[in-house]
This record gives sequence, structure tokens and C-alpha cells, in this order.
Amino acid sequence: MTWEPVIGLEIHVQLKTRTKMFCRCPVGFGAAENTQTCPVCLGFPGALPVPNSTAIEWVVRLGLALGCEIAPRAVFARKNYFYPDLPKGYQISQYDLPSCINGRVLVPLPNGDHAVGIVRAHLEEDAAKNVHVGGRTGRIGGADYTLVDYNRGGTPLVEIVTAPDIHSAEEAKRFLQLLRQTIVELGISDAEMEKGTLRVDANVSVRPEGSDELRTRCEIKNMNSFTHIARGIEAEVERQVAVWESGGEVEQHTYDFDVATGTLTPRRAKEEADDYRYFPEPDLLPVEPSAALVEQLRAGLPELPAERIRRVGETLDHERALVLVTGGLDALWRDTVAAGAEAVAASNVIANQLVGAGVDPGGVDPAELAKLVEARERIPRQAFDEAIARVAEPGFSAAPYLAREAVSDAAALEPIVDAILAANPAQVEQYRGGKEGLLGFFVGKVMKETKGQADARAVNELVRTKLNVDV
Amino acid sequence: MSAAVDTLRLTAEDALGLVERREVSPAELHGAYLEAIGERDGELHCYLRTVAEAEGTSIPIALKDVISTRGVETTAGSRILSGYVPVFDSTVAARCKAAGLTLLGKTNTDEFAMGSSTENSAFGPSRNPWDPSRVPGGSGGGTAAAVSAGLAPWGLGSDTGGSIKQPSALCGNVGLRPTYGTVSRYGIVAFASSLDQVGPVAKTVRDVALLYRIIAGRDAADSTTVELPSAVELPSAERLEGLRVGVPRQAMALEAIEPGVRAAFEAALELVEELGAEVGECDLPLSFDYGLPCYYLIAPAEASSNLARYDGVRYGRRSEGESYREMVEGSRDEGFGDEPKRRIMLGTYALSAGYYDAYYGQAQKVRTLIVREHASAFEKFDVLATPTSPTVAFPLGDRTADPLAMYACDLLTIPSCVAGLPGLNVPCGFSEGLPVGLQLIGPQFGENALFRAGHALERALGLDLVPARLRA
Amino acid sequence: MAITAEQVLHVARLARLDLTDDEVERLTGELGAILDAVSKVSELDLSDVPPTSHPLDLVNVWADDAPHDSLPLEDVLRNAPASERGLFRVPPTG
Ligand SMILES: [Zn+2]
Repeated sequence: MTWEPVIGLEIHVQLKTRTKMFCRCPVGFGAAENTQTCPVCLGFPGALPVPNSTAIEWVVRLGLALGCEIAPRAVFARKNYFYPDLPKGYQISQYDLPSCINGRVLVPLPNGDHAVGIVRAHLEEDAAKNVHVGGRTGRIGGADYTLVDYNRGGTPLVEIVTAPDIHSAEEAKRFLQLLRQTIVELGISDAEMEKGTLRVDANVSVRPEGSDELRTRCEIKNMNSFTHIARGIEAEVERQVAVWESGGEVEQHTYDFDVATGTLTPRRAKEEADDYRYFPEPDLLPVEPSAALVEQLRAGLPELPAERIRRVGETLDHERALVLVTGGLDALWRDTVAAGAEAVAASNVIANQLVGAGVDPGGVDPAELAKLVEARERIPRQAFDEAIARVAEPGFSAAPYLAREAVSDAAALEPIVDAILAANPAQVEQYRGGKEGLLGFFVGKVMKETKGQADARAVNELVRTKLNVDV
Repeated sequence: MSAAVDTLRLTAEDALGLVERREVSPAELHGAYLEAIGERDGELHCYLRTVAEAEGTSIPIALKDVISTRGVETTAGSRILSGYVPVFDSTVAARCKAAGLTLLGKTNTDEFAMGSSTENSAFGPSRNPWDPSRVPGGSGGGTAAAVSAGLAPWGLGSDTGGSIKQPSALCGNVGLRPTYGTVSRYGIVAFASSLDQVGPVAKTVRDVALLYRIIAGRDAADSTTVELPSAVELPSAERLEGLRVGVPRQAMALEAIEPGVRAAFEAALELVEELGAEVGECDLPLSFDYGLPCYYLIAPAEASSNLARYDGVRYGRRSEGESYREMVEGSRDEGFGDEPKRRIMLGTYALSAGYYDAYYGQAQKVRTLIVREHASAFEKFDVLATPTSPTVAFPLGDRTADPLAMYACDLLTIPSCVAGLPGLNVPCGFSEGLPVGLQLIGPQFGENALFRAGHALERALGLDLVPARLRA
Repeated sequence: MAITAEQVLHVARLARLDLTDDEVERLTGELGAILDAVSKVSELDLSDVPPTSHPLDLVNVWADDAPHDSLPLEDVLRNAPASERGLFRVPPTG
């Protein structure tokens, strides 16, 4: 039997507002522990929450970008449970009346668009940070005691819940790349998994291909990169398929993905079932964004990455389009092409050389870059690399690099080519026996010998001629 | 100089005059009250702690111990907050400071303001200055008893279901529970957020209006506050022509109302009519049938969540434990008294899976009906009147064994609290030598009408509200 | 409307109250009586009535995203039962 994975994602995005969700403590990394706290985010008796207007606007912006309906009335609720990182004994979170519902994201895939439903996107406050100290392993179970830093507590979070519309680890990864780029371009979050400003949990089940049943699902947490998410999902799918195929039954459970070993570890079951006793937060009033505000925010949306992948995909292949757009590189590519560069070559230079050199695409003058793309095979390799490394510097000009003519004079190159062919008789034999892929081997040797100063096209030509003619 | 100040009879308004005319300094006045506290508070136990230094340029004030005061221990009458010293002022405390008022001390309260007698205070009950064998009411019994015993010119209480109005009735002074949202709750140790309101307690209606003027108005730190739609007016009229007073039939039908209370209330109503007001009957059937059950679902539910922050982590009492969970459970079990535990349990149950719709959800719908019912009563009347408490002050220990009997103390004050409406207690006579209070209920933001009616009634009655046993 | 001792224990666990056996027994009786009284609200058919979670008819009260001063660390920890290096210290959560 073939099995189809059924995957839904729960994504938490930390907003980069200046202040917290319900108090005006600054949000930011790097401050000394507990120095970005106040009576509100420490849960001192009598302190009261006041919502951050920017966070409320941003969740609407995000909802609009995800094709959601914006709720005319959203209500904050209290989710009640005890943990040291939760200073009030409850987390304030939108619950049955979230700000955004019923969205749909069209994820461009090589074989066309794939729709992923957005069940909801809502606002909530982040928990503080527990530091477990002592114990043999340093893990929670073995700790001697716990220290609490409330700096992060109360940071605005948006939780996005997708429908179980994703059917492979690869699709999940593509969806997340697109979502992340959308969030970054809206300017509402850095959305960096390594920093924890983007967190993803996956709900995974499998079913026989072609059926529409929903079988028991398991949750995977603690995955800190898109690659780990894909690996975690793959591991879980494999595990569930094995359980079903051996005649077993998948049981609902939560797993942590262990990055080091690539394995899933079941979380310890709680002593009592979750009963969060949600009720409307009486310290806060409903959020009722006016139609005018929603329309104003809608009008202010930039062109979204998904649309741009489709548009760029009309010129380039899908994979190149995806890399450019989700890397935030497509604007530079478009301008470089407009300045005269060939589309595929520009895409390769930007997505490979430029990114590889760690260049900030925002600082690049497309006209100068276009000149480099056009001349990339004509000028010495070394000159090209140097130019790319400096292309984002203010006032960069391609001219001096273009002037560094490569050695293309056959008289200068011929002795070097001859010497290399003579030094590698076995390879010459193989080439002549039909292994034409060895051409690059000889060209590489010549380039090395000339320290990158030779014109690659000229060397190519010369090596080919010599190998084919001197039989 | 302080010997010349008769704290038993001095109104806040008169005290303000003395200070303004520099006949008495703020420090002398403060000292005079501390002296009175030294004489009488041993017996009455109105204060949990006093403040020796007079910091301010005006007259003193007593604050209920649920009101956070920077640098001054604030316990809400609970062991779990014993030793807790706020690092910030509540907005009302800050506004009192800004007005120059000097903090006399923090007054006793039922634990977390849960109770109707102050017998639930972890630090022992307060006593009624009219008869120390009786309760002063609650939860704000400390403030009310202090004002009546001349231990403070005025004070602030907090009212969730009657905690300002009922003790004022039992001690014989004036107490206002303001319209929900007109006074900031920032820094008030929360009991039930959608019901809690801070309000003044004083000897006269004008004093109450003066203090309300100081504390009322929008606070950026409390999202649920509004600016007053019209300024606070100090009442001066002695007649009530044009005022329409409604008496809810269903309130007066309650058998729980003692005959002496009923008689004093009815006599006062006749006086109101003589002053020119029009008195008629109105109907609030659901409010009096379902108000109490509705309140005893909503308030404990919110309380169960509001009291979750007392976990021994950041402040307050901690009991040692091997694990975090053990520590939290131990701290809460040792730190909370019986009444908070009862309400936490009740509220947790009412919110828990499977019961929400039947209890909390249903109570919120009942609340809608109570709001509507009051709104329609105010189409015909400017104010409503009932007795404040069905009984006069009862002996200590009388109701402690039966939670439901204690809850019934607030039978008459609860419905308008649930509707978020203002209520004013005005002393209206005596029964068995103990004060009886009349409750005036106004529409939303109708405080000025309450002040006007209360002031005229107060003048016409001319009661001597100094406890008989303390009169010189 | 009876509530069982078992339910009382479950609710006490949710509320993190480590009740003694005596307390469980007493609360089982008391809560039963109180629930009996408050269950009166379910007599009413309120399917068409919207809930009131707030007596104020007010929406959209927000604050600008402009930072205020946080508390000095000394104040943050002033009431802490236990702290270490500027952090609150609690027994292990495991
Ligand atoms: Zn804060």
C-alpha cells in the first residue's frame, strides 16, 4: 500500500515591535536578565495589560497577506495553567474569536500551485525563559533547580495554524520558506528559527493514498531549521507507516525531534489532561478593527512572494524563481536583467556567487552587476570574484575589473596547453577514447597554471582543438 | 493643636478647610488621627499597619489593603502576601498622593476582598465601632469602621459585590461604588476583574463626591477605564423636586430583610417624597432572582484565574518543596485561607471542560438580562432605592460556619454591581441601636444624581452618626 | 447538584491546591451546596441572549508601541523568595 502523509503546521512568529504585547517594556535580545520587566510582565498583584496597537495592526496585515478574513470582533482570552515562565498563571491569547480566519496560501510548486488553508492567525504573548541549572545531564529532568528570566515574557507572538493540507516534508518546507519570506517582507518579524523568532510544530498523520480519512496524528516539536522540520516529518511518517503496516495502531503523542541523532523522543505524559479553562480576558476589551483600517492595511500590502515566484517563473525555471524570491533576491535580479544582463546568467550569479560571497543584495548597483554578469567569462576568474566581493560597496564600478583582460593569445597559451597534455597521457588517451567530459579537467589545469588570468573560452577552444586534431 | 481636632466629628471637607486656612498642618492632622488610632484601634482592629510620617500637603486618608502602595506592605488580608511590599503605586494611590493626601495606613479586609464581615482576614477581624461584639461588614470593614470611629477622615475601599456599600451601611457612613470603568483598577489586588471597582468611604455625601473627583477618570494603565462624561458636582440642594425614585418590588419582597431595617428604609423613603421626589415601584425580577447565582459564578471564575499568580515564585509566601509543583501547591495551600480556596475551587470547576457553558457561559448571559432589566428601569426613574443590607451588623461568628448565609449579605447590593452601575450607601436610621443604610442605584455614570439625592436625604435626616458609645 | 470528592480532588489539582483530607471532605459538602444554589442560572433558556463579559460598551483601547522604563532590577527582585544572579530561583520543574 502507498501511504500519504497528512501534515498541518502550527507556527509561532515573534513580532519585532518595539515593546511587549501588553506592557511597554522594550523587546530585544541581549539585555541583562530581568532588566526588561515591569509589574505587568512580572505579574505583580494589581498590574493590568494594555494591548500594543502595532501588534494589533500587524496581525491584520499578516492575515491579509495570508488571504484571511479579518474578524470584525476579536477577543483576548485567558489560557490558565501553571509554569514558572508564566507569571500570571495564565497566558493571554485570542481563542474562540481570533483576529484572522479562513485564509489560503497558494504555494508555487514545480508542477503548479498547491493550496494550503490557514485555519487561523491570532495574537498571544510569549512565555518567559526558564534556565535549568545543575544535574548530571543539564536537561529538565535532571536539573537541581530552575532560574527564570522574564525579559522575553510578554513579547507579542502570532500563532498561525494551517489546515492539514500538506502532503510531504518537501511541501512543508516550501510552504514555510514562502511564509517566512512573506513575514520578513511585511517587516513584522525577523522570523529566524535559530533565534527562536520563528517556531514550528508539525502535526503528522498518514493515510492510504487516495482515501480521505484522518487518522490519529502526532505532534513534533523542537525543530530549529527548515531542514530539521523536513527530516522530523520524514522520520515521523516513516514511523507511523511502520506501525500501521505491522498491524499496530498509532497513538496520539508528542515527540521532540533530536537534531543530533535525527530521532524522535516521546515527551513525558502530563499528570492530568490539558484543561486550560479559557474564558474572555476581563481586563481587556474586544478588538474591532474598522473596515477603513482593514482596507488601508490591505492597500499597503507589498506584492507578495508567491505572486513574484509565479511571475519570475515565467522567465526562469521554477527552482531558480523560488531561490531568488525566498532569498529576497528577485528585485536585484529583475533590475540586473533590465540593465542588460542575460536572465539565467544573472540568476546564477546572484543566487550563487553573490550569496556565496555574503554580499548584501540591497547595496548592489544593478547596472554595474549587469556589466559583470555579461563579462563573467571574458575576464579573469580572479577579477570576477574580486569584483563580486566588492560589488555592494558604495560607489563600486565594474570598469577596472572589466579592463583586466584575460590571456587569450594562443601564442602565450599554447606552450602551457602542450605541457599539460604531455604530462597527462592517460587522460588524453581516455578523452580520445570517447570520455569527452575530461575536457574540463584539462581546462582546469590550464586555468590553475595561469593563476586564473586565462580567458576560459580561449582555453576551451585551444584544448579541444589540440585533443581532436593531434591524433 | 491636635487636641483641638475632634476626629470623631470632623468631616474631610472641614479638615481640608482647616489645612487650607493653615489652622492645622498636615502633620498635626495626621498625628491627631494616629493618636485616635492609638486609643481605639486596639479594640477595633481597623488597621493592618499605619504610616507614621505624614507625606503630603493635605489631609490624611486610609486605604484598604488591596490597594498597592509603593514601599508600604500590601497584603490584601492574606497570609500569602504577608511581607509583600509593592514597588509601584496603584493609580488611585498615586492620585491621592498627587492631591497631597497623606497615607495614614492600610485597612483590614476579608482575604482578597472575599467576604462580608472581615472575619476572613488572615490577620483577625475588625469590629464594629457601634458594638465591638459585632462585625463591621465586609470586605471593606476596616475602612468603614475607621471612618465611623474617627480613625480616618475618609478612605478608599474596593467593591466587587458590595464590599464598599455593605460595610458603610453596617458602620453608618457613606460609601460609593462607582460606575464600572470610572476608577482605575491598576494596582488593586484583583478579585474579579469585570466587577471590581474602587470607591470612597466618608462621613458625608459631599466628602465622598470630593474624593471621587480625585480618583475618577481614565487611566492609560487600565484599558477598561473611561473619562467621566460630566464633571463631578458637589451636591448642595436640599430639595429633591423632579427626582424620580424607583423601588424594586422584588427587592422589598425579600423575606431576608429585617423588620427594623425595613421600617427605617420606609421612613426614609417617605422623607424623600416629602423633599419633593416622586417615588414609585419598579420591577427587576430576574436581577433579584438570578443576580446572586450569576455573581457567585462570575466572581469565583475570575478570581480562580486572578489568584493563579500567587505561586511563590516572584513574591509572597513560599513553602519549600522538592519540585516546582510541590512548592506551588504547598505555598498556595498554606497561603490561602478557607474562603479564597472555596472560591478558587468553585471558579476552577465552573470554568473547567464540560461545565463552562452550563455555568460561566450561562452566567454571562444572565448578566446581559440583568443589564437590560436595569436599563429599562432607568427609562422611568432617575435613581433606584433599596435597603443596602438586609440586616444590621451581626455578631462575630454568626455566619462563619455557613458560606451561603454569608453570601446572602450581598443579596441587595449584587444585582447593580453585576450590571456595572453606581451605588451609594447613605445612612437612613437605626434599628436596635445600630445603623441602617439606604442604597441608591444610578444609571451608568449617574453618580451626580446619587450625590444629589443622598445629600438631600442626609441633610433632612440629620442623624448623629458618631457611634453612641464613643460620643463624649 | 452533587460534586464528588474525586471531582474536588481533580479541581484542586488543576488549581494547584494541595488540600488535606479534611479540606477535601469539607469542600465536597460546601461546594455541593453552593453549586446547588448557583445552578439556578441553568433554569433559564438563554439561547438567544448574547453573553456580557464586560459591563462597559467599549472596544479598541490600545497603546502606542513606545517603550517606557522597565523596573530597576533591585525592584524586580525585591519581593523574590529566592533569586540568583538577577534571576528568580525555583525548585526544578522536572
Ligand atoms: Zn513589562
